[in-house]
Amino acid sequence: MPIQHPNLQLTRMTDAVPAWSGEIAPHDLRTICQQVREGGGRLVALWGSDARQQGNGFMLHVTLMTGNGLVCLNIKLSEEQPVYPDISRIFPAANRMQRAAYDMLGIYAQEGHDHRKWLRHGAWRSGSFPLRKDFDAAASNTTEQDAYPFVQVEGQGVHEIPVGPVHAGIIEPGHFRFSIIGERVLRLEERLGYVHKGIEKRFESMSLQQGAKLAGRVSGDSTVAYAWAYAMAAESIANVTPTKRALWLRALLLERERVANHLGDLGYLGNDVALAFGFAQFWILKEQVLRNNATLFGHRYLMDKIVPGGVNVNINSEGKRIIEAECDMLQREVTLLRSIYDEHAGVQDRFMTTGTVTPKLADQLGLCGMAGRASAQAWDARVQFACAPYDKLDVRMAAYPNGDVAARAIVRFEELFESLRLQREILANLIYEDEAPTTLDKLPANGFGIGMVEGWRGEVMVAIHTDAEGNLTRVHPHDPSWQNWPLLEHAIIDNIVPDFPLINKSFNLSYSGQDL
Amino acid sequence: MSLNLELIFAILFQLAQLLLVVLAAPLLTGWVNQCQAWLQNRSGAGVLQPYRVLRKLLNKDAVIAYNASPLFRVTPYIVFGCMWLAAAIIPIIAMDLPFSQAADVIALVGVFALARVFIALAAMDIGTSFGTLGARREMLVSFLAEPALLMVLFTASMISHSTQLPNIVDTLAHHQFVLYPSLAFAALAFVIVLLAENARIPVDNPSTHLELTMIHEAMILEYSARHLALIEWASSLKLFAYIALGIALFCPYGIAEVGNWAGLPLAIIWLLMKLLLAGASLAVLETVTAKMRIFRAPEFLGTAFLLAVLGLLIHFLLGV
Repeated sequence: MPIQHPNLQLTRMTDAVPAWSGEIAPHDLRTICQQVREGGGRLVALWGSDARQQGNGFMLHVTLMTGNGLVCLNIKLSEEQPVYPDISRIFPAANRMQRAAYDMLGIYAQEGHDHRKWLRHGAWRSGSFPLRKDFDAAASNTTEQDAYPFVQVEGQGVHEIPVGPVHAGIIEPGHFRFSIIGERVLRLEERLGYVHKGIEKRFESMSLQQGAKLAGRVSGDSTVAYAWAYAMAAESIANVTPTKRALWLRALLLERERVANHLGDLGYLGNDVALAFGFAQFWILKEQVLRNNATLFGHRYLMDKIVPGGVNVNINSEGKRIIEAECDMLQREVTLLRSIYDEHAGVQDRFMTTGTVTPKLADQLGLCGMAGRASAQAWDARVQFACAPYDKLDVRMAAYPNGDVAARAIVRFEELFESLRLQREILANLIYEDEAPTTLDKLPANGFGIGMVEGWRGEVMVAIHTDAEGNLTRVHPHDPSWQNWPLLEHAIIDNIVPDFPLINKSFNLSYSGQDL
Repeated sequence: MSLNLELIFAILFQLAQLLLVVLAAPLLTGWVNQCQAWLQNRSGAGVLQPYRVLRKLLNKDAVIAYNASPLFRVTPYIVFGCMWLAAAIIPIIAMDLPFSQAADVIALVGVFALARVFIALAAMDIGTSFGTLGARREMLVSFLAEPALLMVLFTASMISHSTQLPNIVDTLAHHQFVLYPSLAFAALAFVIVLLAENARIPVDNPSTHLELTMIHEAMILEYSARHLALIEWASSLKLFAYIALGIALFCPYGIAEVGNWAGLPLAIIWLLMKLLLAGASLAVLETVTAKMRIFRAPEFLGTAFLLAVLGLLIHFLLGV
């Protein structure tokens, strides 16, 4: 049992990752969160669901991570007054999740210090909430002005630079409000939600298979991680275990996704310090990986290759040879490029001490994933909660204490090399003859399952709730960017304005994954 | 009679150079970009790409902010005119150019400064934060680059006892071949100034799309269509002018002497080779360096000033 509390009855969820769930009353939420926080745990996700049809009013779901596994707390809220105690003072990362939960479902965190809207950009009427089952999209149309009160910084010589949501380059939309003095940044405030697509609402009307496709499109660069987490959640509800071959193939795909993204990011880091040479070299390598993906699996970014119950790809000895040759080539080339980055005085001057997140701050605010490991937050779902096949792979975690751009580059390099090693190991262990595939067509009724996968950015979590007929009634995909975006606001403080793109790129957080 | 003929020839050649620089300047930019592409293992867009960009921009409709003042509209023409004039008065193929007599090196620096003042004012005219940001950074870089450039030019002027460019080039090119240590220092300083003034790496990045890091590009973010085309063209002309100035000061050998019209074809071939080499060197320099933090730029340009002063001192004290 990960947590002991008199009012908490935990039941083990059948799950690939160790996870428990339990129902509590709203007034116990804070004490349990406090207890988890003091034990070194973190908040993973917070979301709400509309269970009025089942007679349960509204539900709040809070997933916490402890050293022993995940704990999913379900809290029943009254239908007339859906309120719960604010936990953002215990887990600062909860702030935006609570605001989003209010925007989407109208459940309210009491005594919170920040109740500004988050995902709502005036696209639907205030007082109507899209994730409520009785939401009428047509009736909620509005031409309401979108006003958002940014925090004002005042003082002699302080001025603001608004950046975005439309940027000079082709990137996703996000608004950044800088308060600066000269070139020095005093405060940065982010405004996201511009790519809100109603993904969670869309899930409600989908079958299990359609949902798998949508889950793979929550954030395109993490499609494998999302598809796997979704499949894992579904399998945990149905109590099905995919074949060994399917699990090994999933891990192979996930590591290939990690390699491709890390290569791209390392190139971008070079580009942002105007070392276009590094950009071109890394992107040649990334392109090679993507092309091999297309040849071997039929999709450059590996979309729709993981399905609930298994995978729909196969690999033969020729494919094995191609990947092994690719791994050897990458090992050689990236080693060379790393030495160029390491020895380039100009690059190191820009990377070192830029955008520092100290381990203390990272711990306080709950920085996670790859960026977290660069600030000594040694969490990696592949290590702590190694599900099959990672339990046989003995993943070496890359962690580094400096927390600057250089550290995030180092962690990327090391994870990249580790992923190459893992791919070789997976290929050696993979069962090449066909196994009878497990299929999963329908989920049991009134089920609740979660899946968590360490994507390249951090832990990707998907939660699935089913209704009395076993249809999807609520699916909540959670991107690690939720936790990490607020840290970017801290990383930039006292840096200069022109360093922001570099710092931003060193985190490379998802807009789409967090805007849903 | 012969005097008049010479004058007519001189005017003809001035016109020829005016045409040549304005038409060839984008080619030089294209060449630098193409060299960079090759150095990065890319195939590149070809040396003619800047012309295609200009054609594209000239065919578009200009979008102008509603609160733009006339200053915003005239600035592209002023900047283009300044850069054209600057590129036209530097003796690159022949030395007797009528326009050269009109402006000496100090006036040349003034012409560059005039363009800069206008573009910085236009950047602030619209009132966007990026324009102001860019203008402020541009001024930080240029107020340090300008004195260094003046010092470089003074060194050359002192050697030739004149601030007239044709006289300087004449002295340096046609008297006995001597290596001037003072000029070596000045040349180093000049390269640094060239990088800073033309918004090249490591001071600025001409190809960036990251609006927060821009210097020159931030100032022209609000320009479009023909205005942007003129500004892009002016940037090409400025780079051409700077490289031509570098060639005139530090490597003038091969230039046609006064009245030596027969030597002209050879002079053009020499110039072409020098430009190709200079463009390729610039590409190499930009490929191997990363952009520095903006607050390193003062140190960088301080070095340029120091080197230029050293050159001047060496000439003063040692007479070489």
